[in-house]
Amino acid sequence: MTTPIHTLGQRSIGLIQGLGSFSLFGSRILLCLFTPPFRPRRLLDECFEGGFMSLAIVCTSGAAVGMVMGLQSFNALSRFGAEESMGSLVGLTLVRELGPVLTALLVIGRAGSATAAGIGAMVATQQLDGLRMLSIDPIHYVAAPKAVALTLVMPLLSALFICFALAGGYVIGVPVLGVDGGSYLTSLESALDFSDDILGSLLKAFVFGILVGLIATYRGYTSEPNSEGVSRATTGAVVQASVATLVVDYVITALWGI
Amino acid sequence: MPNSAQRDLLVGLFVLAGLVAIAYLSIQVGGANYAGPGGLSLTAYFDEVGGLAERAPVVVGGVKVGTVRRIDLDEEDFRAIVTLEVDDSLELPDDTSASILTAGVLGDQYLSLEPGGSPDLLGNGDTITYTQGAVVLERLIGKLLTSFGSGDGE
Repeated sequence: MTTPIHTLGQRSIGLIQGLGSFSLFGSRILLCLFTPPFRPRRLLDECFEGGFMSLAIVCTSGAAVGMVMGLQSFNALSRFGAEESMGSLVGLTLVRELGPVLTALLVIGRAGSATAAGIGAMVATQQLDGLRMLSIDPIHYVAAPKAVALTLVMPLLSALFICFALAGGYVIGVPVLGVDGGSYLTSLESALDFSDDILGSLLKAFVFGILVGLIATYRGYTSEPNSEGVSRATTGAVVQASVATLVVDYVITALWGI
Repeated sequence: MPNSAQRDLLVGLFVLAGLVAIAYLSIQVGGANYAGPGGLSLTAYFDEVGGLAERAPVVVGGVKVGTVRRIDLDEEDFRAIVTLEVDDSLELPDDTSASILTAGVLGDQYLSLEPGGSPDLLGNGDTITYTQGAVVLERLIGKLLTSFGSGDGE
């Protein structure tokens, strides 16, 4: 007989088991960073898939977000006659918050889902078992390069996103809405601090990269070996990585104020 | 699908673009200062600094020439000591005056330097003698109300 208490117990044990196996997976990937053979070729290929291929969507979205931020902040600030502060408002919002978070969400959609689906398909077609037969560790050969590549490309993509967004804000603010170009840049530069804002933003992006890389590869690696399992793993990777990114973002902001 | 060499090139370009973006954000936007030790460091005493903050711009004639480095309190006469750093190629006369102004109505406060006519120049570590503190809006309104009040009474 199962009571709600039983169900609660089962769920809790399942959750803790899941967290435990995720931690083990993470530590195995960490171990792969220090155990030869190192495969720079694999890492480079994954940087191409995860980084270069996400470039178009990240830059386009960055410019669009910057332009919207420009319009919205102009509408709000012009009520108080404070259009000069537009640069600092757009810059602070983008660098501290929107840049890393939106980049992470875009990368989850573009590269994270592809990673989970790719590994899931390899599980379903027993390619990972094949690797094991050749005494190649599938985590070392397949999962680790993907996770590391996502971690490495995230700060680069986030910086590009922010640059495109700042340019988008400038284009809307200065030539279109007629804010003074010099005061846009001055307020932008005086509002942002290198050690607090820029380094914090890159650190956030790096942490999100670790999260997205680990969750996407883990979900793919542990997917059921059939097509339904692969699709479930892909959806799970996107949902869990997105939620984890937003929650960790809150935790980082609350604890360290960046 | 690009071949291996093309792939390497594209990844290289991507990494380069990312690093350029980080460098731009760090140096230009974030103001990671490399001219730090080379700049001319000056101090100025103010009765009231208002909302002046560290890293606020220092301008001459509306052109940014440096930044405010530190704001401390002189514990003897309770005045604010503002340490600022300006471009060391700037030859400021020693009767330069400093005033704290506000950009726009709600804008940030900045430090404006007005060079005088003295032949002697300010050197590194010198103190700007002539200063004008920030105008605190509340006090100004208070004074205005008092003067209106006394005007009505007469």
